[in-house]
Amino acid sequence: MERADFKPAIYGLMAEFDTPDTLIQAVRKVRAEGYTRIDAYTPFPVEGLAEEVGFHSNLLPILVLGAGIVGALGGFGLQYWVSKIDYPLNVGGRPLNSWPSFIPVTFELTILFAALTAVLGMIALNGLPMPYHPVFNVPRFAMASQDRFFLCVESTDEKFDREKTLTFLQGLHAKAVTEVDY
Amino acid sequence: MATVDQPKTATPRPEGYEAPPSVLEGDHTYATVTDKISGIVLTRKTPLSWFLIFGVGFSLMMVFFGAVGYLLLKGTGIWGINVPVAWGFAIINFVWWIGIGHAGTLISAILLLMRQEWRTSINRFAEAMTLFAVACAGMFPILHMGRPWLFYWLLPYPNVMSLWPQFRSPLVWDVFAVSTYGTVSLLFWFVGLVPDFGTMRDKAQNGTARVIYGMLSLGWRGSASHWHRYETAYLLLAGLATPLVVSVHTVVSFDFAVSVIPGWHTTVFPPYFVAGAIYSGFAMVLTLVIPIRAIYGLEDMITRRHLNNMAKVMLATGLIVAYGYMIEMFMSWYGANNFEQYMSRNRMAGPYAPIFWSLILCNVLTPQLLWFKRFRNNVVVLFLISIVVNIGMWLERYVIVITSLHRDYLPSSWGMYHGTIWDYATYAGTIGLFLALMFLFIRVLPMISIFEVRSLVKTNRRPSHTE
Repeated sequence: MERADFKPAIYGLMAEFDTPDTLIQAVRKVRAEGYTRIDAYTPFPVEGLAEEVGFHSNLLPILVLGAGIVGALGGFGLQYWVSKIDYPLNVGGRPLNSWPSFIPVTFELTILFAALTAVLGMIALNGLPMPYHPVFNVPRFAMASQDRFFLCVESTDEKFDREKTLTFLQGLHAKAVTEVDY
Repeated sequence: MATVDQPKTATPRPEGYEAPPSVLEGDHTYATVTDKISGIVLTRKTPLSWFLIFGVGFSLMMVFFGAVGYLLLKGTGIWGINVPVAWGFAIINFVWWIGIGHAGTLISAILLLMRQEWRTSINRFAEAMTLFAVACAGMFPILHMGRPWLFYWLLPYPNVMSLWPQFRSPLVWDVFAVSTYGTVSLLFWFVGLVPDFGTMRDKAQNGTARVIYGMLSLGWRGSASHWHRYETAYLLLAGLATPLVVSVHTVVSFDFAVSVIPGWHTTVFPPYFVAGAIYSGFAMVLTLVIPIRAIYGLEDMITRRHLNNMAKVMLATGLIVAYGYMIEMFMSWYGANNFEQYMSRNRMAGPYAPIFWSLILCNVLTPQLLWFKRFRNNVVVLFLISIVVNIGMWLERYVIVITSLHRDYLPSSWGMYHGTIWDYATYAGTIGLFLALMFLFIRVLPMISIFEVRSLVKTNRRPSHTE
């Protein structure tokens, strides 16, 4: 923030759109202009939008795979250890490591670990729960969970300039452009 | 939607082709969808019928608490169980409830993977049904243990007795299958609700409601990268829940099939149990959804298409179940085993024959009406058929559990079984618990997934859709 103008720092500039298509077009133009620290907010998942705003890496599937493997090994390991090592019990001369009867529990634990990781991982990677976020300071932003589509250029972007970015966003057929207070 | 962008000349429709009713009727926009579904909870007056049905459910729930209280006081002797029939109502009801739950997971997970967009407006509802049905199911094995407060002995944990569960027993597999199923169903349901909690937070006028929905929404703001991870997680969950739902009723059927009792020891049990579970689950969804869509005027979101499709799933799974009955009979004849043959004759002509034949009437004959479009499109007939199927599936479990146990190998140990008033009270009580939970859910949470129906608005707007 420059000392010359007495405005407090802002989180960014928020443009509002009517349809997912106009939002995507606007995102493309903003990206083409060279902005990188942007985010889009929509009331339902819009296909391809995440890629347009520059989101590529998705750790989640790997985490879920890992958790599934841990669940499978842990589940089988538990049963093997219990039945073969800790408490060997001879039932009608059957092998202590009777692995076919260990499969159902191994399977269920694989699913349990993977599913818990899918949900908790998604929440954690998304940085949730986050009760406060600057975008909620925009009164119109309540519509982002209903029927409006928003594009926010964040002030941490190198190209960000309060006036120039504002004019640029206004030129993208946005319904309105507002400043997002911290 | 694969068909959306096809040119109009692609496939000429045959003469007399009628486009199926849409999955979302009327001129809905994002805003009207949001207002309509959230309004049921936030703004509309609670209809009188809600109070009536909730009242019935709540009263029966009190019956349940009474029956369980007396059970804890006196022990399982108040039930009709005896030797040889040690598995009475408790196991019948357990299998019945857990089966009902399966439709929820099928609708939310399997139909999602198959990209059936008609699942969208009924999945939330069906998932809630799953959750509450599993809660009711879980009561029975725990109460049947006699000392329910020691239920945690079923879990493997280091204890002073130095004992472990018997991992080779299907009853222990059941503990893992049902608890995993309950957990994953809860996760699936909650994850589906998170963006809608955000909507409720933003729509709520009442401060307390806003705070509660706000906390439940985890601060959801609909960011593009969040949606991306969200969809990945949801898809992965669906992929995980699909084999899970098949495994759960398979394991339940192992409780029977791994034993050596005539009529239980068969390999047809897993597939036919899974089909039966889906059959009864769809019947229960119809039983609930038909009155609710009338009470709340949701005919534009839960359309004839939904009812029609559910009726078809019921017909298909009903035929698989009928095939299961047929194979059971065939194998007992073809297997040339005295005890199996006697079991089949005893089912058809023994002391429980009226129950067997009612089961055939309910589960095999009645659903044949669903071949006809006229009946599938008639909500009253559909509602009645769904109730008949619910009853039929309960009778099926009665026949499986009771007729096999009451006369096995040794005639000197034969006996008879009848449920007592406490058995019936506990059973009716769980129906009350289920209804009460279901109607509380309808009152405080959006019963249709708002954000997913918004996506339907988007596809419906496109031109040349459903030519």
